[in-house]
Amino acid sequence: MKIKNLIILIIYFFGINLSYANDKNLNSKITKNLRCLICQGQSVHDSDSEFANSLKIVVKNKIEEGKSEKEIYEYLKMKYGDWILYDTQLNQKTYILWLLPLLLFLVGGAIIFKNLKMKKN
Amino acid sequence: MKTKILFPLFIIFFLLLFFVFYRGLNYTNIYTPKVNPNENIPLFNVKIFRTNQEVSSKEIFKGDNYFLLNIWSSWCVPCKDEHHFLVKLKNNKKIELVGLNYKDKENNAKKFLDELSNPYKKILSDLDGTIAIEWGAYGVPESFLIYKNKIIKKIIGPINEDLFLEIERLVR
Repeated sequence: MKIKNLIILIIYFFGINLSYANDKNLNSKITKNLRCLICQGQSVHDSDSEFANSLKIVVKNKIEEGKSEKEIYEYLKMKYGDWILYDTQLNQKTYILWLLPLLLFLVGGAIIFKNLKMKKN
Repeated sequence: MKTKILFPLFIIFFLLLFFVFYRGLNYTNIYTPKVNPNENIPLFNVKIFRTNQEVSSKEIFKGDNYFLLNIWSSWCVPCKDEHHFLVKLKNNKKIELVGLNYKDKENNAKKFLDELSNPYKKILSDLDGTIAIEWGAYGVPESFLIYKNKIIKKIIGPINEDLFLEIERLVR
């Protein structure tokens, strides 16, 4: 019984992986990383608002023009600001966001290391 | 000894958390893209309303006039509310009104203008909404005041009495 459940579980996760693999094309990757400004909290990919539909056309056109993913992000950032991207890029305004977890990790690690050393002594 | 320090620390930590979340609750999270003052107008080609003729944005906003680009649509209710301000602005000789018809049916747009009168000197057609994105717009109505190829003011939403007066003041 247990083995059967395990096999079902493995198939289930494998199935999910397969669907991810199908979704790899650049267009959906980009639109999933864009925030819909009308229906905030939804990505452009998921949204069906007028704004999102137009943005999908723009992304499609840019890809056809041969623009890279980064160039498309730069273009949209110029028009709407950093906020349009879900995946925040590292810059002057966002470095705290990126570096704080690393800093906390290092400080926490140092504390643990020190405690362990004290215990040994 | 250790618990004596820990307890106040906990209290301070939770007070801090409380303060952060309490402040955070009062923030509206609706984001509106900000415009950099004196940003250049975007460059694009666009179809003129009810024709097959294409013009470039440089050509449309050529000259020493002020221009007001107004993004509108016949299905947009706030556009109706602001329309009489646009008609009033039409009388101002220093400003030229350019309409960008956003995702509309041409017949409906024509009916809209026939009913409420046409304040625009030129009307451009944006059937798939991509031109509005060039302007960094995300809805209708939006208006841009342009002088010498630079955007000097961006208005999100309908023009009201205050904004109308501000435009008149800026154009003077």
